[in-house]
Amino acid sequence: MQDMFRFGTRLLMVMATFVLAQSAVAGQGAGSVIEGSKAYGLDSCVEPTPLMRKKHYAFLKHDRDITVHQGVRTIKHSLAGCVDCHAAKDDAGNYVPVTAEGQFCQSCHEYAGAELPCFSCHSSTPTKATKAGD
Amino acid sequence: MSGKVDQRRREFVSVAGLAAAASVVAPGVFLQATAQAEPRSAPVSSKTRYGMLIDTTKCVDGCSDCVSGCEKENGLDLLKMPEGADPEEWDRQRPRWIRTVKVKDRLTGTVTSLPMMCQHCEFPPCQDVCPTGASFRRVDGIVMVDRHTCIGCRYCMMACPYKARSFIHEDIDEKLTIAPRGKGCVESCNLCVHRRDNGGTTTACQDACKHGAILFGDLNDPNSEIAQELRRQNNTELRADLKLNTGVRYRGI
Repeated sequence: MQDMFRFGTRLLMVMATFVLAQSAVAGQGAGSVIEGSKAYGLDSCVEPTPLMRKKHYAFLKHDRDITVHQGVRTIKHSLAGCVDCHAAKDDAGNYVPVTAEGQFCQSCHEYAGAELPCFSCHSSTPTKATKAGD
Repeated sequence: MSGKVDQRRREFVSVAGLAAAASVVAPGVFLQATAQAEPRSAPVSSKTRYGMLIDTTKCVDGCSDCVSGCEKENGLDLLKMPEGADPEEWDRQRPRWIRTVKVKDRLTGTVTSLPMMCQHCEFPPCQDVCPTGASFRRVDGIVMVDRHTCIGCRYCMMACPYKARSFIHEDIDEKLTIAPRGKGCVESCNLCVHRRDNGGTTTACQDACKHGAILFGDLNDPNSEIAQELRRQNNTELRADLKLNTGVRYRGI
C-alpha cells in the first residue's frame, strides 16, 4: 500500500513538472524575439516556432556537418543565419551580441539553465563579409 | 620501426573508399560542382582538387604580406596576447596559418624565402593520427579540422611534417562569422574555404602578394592557370620523400 502511495506521489510530481514546463515555454510568448532584430518583423523562423524551441539544437547539429564536410552553404539551419536574424542593433547602430544579458539566445538559455557553448567559437554578432567571399 | 610509408595500405584504403562512395551514389547520378558566384548548394566533388603553386623566385625576403593578408582574412589578427604572458613565448606559439621560412642549400649556400602553410596532402598524416576524425580531407582536396569534434589532443600537430597547425590556448573574445575559433582546438590553413564555397576564385594570401608569387586553383582542371603553369615548368613538393602528394607545390627550390 505504501508502495502504491509512493508511486502515486511520484507520478503526480512528474505530471506537475511537465505542466509547469509547458506553461513556462508558453509563457515566453512572442515577446522573446528582440525588438530591433530582423526576426522581430517576421512571422516565424525557418521552422514553426514551437518546433524551433524544441529542436533548434538538433537542426543545427545536423546541418553543421553538411556545411563543414560537404561545403554546402545554403543549408536551412545555419548558426550564422540565427545570429544574422536575431542579433539586435543598439541605439548607436551596432550589433548587440546574442549572448549579452537579455538578448535572444542568452535570455532563454538562462531561463532554461542550459549552457550556450556555440559562441565560445562562433561569432555572436554578424560580422562583415569580405569582398571575395561571404 | 620502419620509417617507410605504407603505400599499399594507403592504396587499399583509397580503393575501399572509392568503392564505398560508388555504392552510395546511384548509377547515372552525377554530382556536379560548377563555378558559381552564389553560395555552394551541391556537395563538393572529388573532380576538383584545390592547390597552390608558390614561385619562390618571385618571393621576396623580408616581405610578409601573405601572412598579414591571411591573418586579416581569417581573423587571426584579432587574437591578443594573454595578460601576463611572455611576449617571446606568445610570438613562438601564437596561431599562424602561414609562416615565412628561409631555406639554405648547405652545398651551394643558396638561400630561398618561402611561405609555408598546410600543404593539403592527398594522404594527410594529421588525418591518420586524429583519434576523433576531426582532422579530415574534404573531397575537393582541402585538409581541415572539424572543430566540432576536435578534442585538442594535438596529435596532428606532432604528425604534420610542415609544422602547419596551431593550437588555440585561450578563450577568444572577438571572432569573425567566417572563421569560428575557440579555446582547445587545432586549426590551420583551409585554403580560404569560405571563399571556395561562396564563388571566390582566389585566396587571401594570393590577393595580398604584390609579387605574384602565389597562384591558387584547381589542379584537376587542365585549363586552369595553375594546371598549365605546373605543366609548363618543373615544380617541387616539400618532403617529397614522404609521398604525401601535396596540393601545394613550390617552384625554384
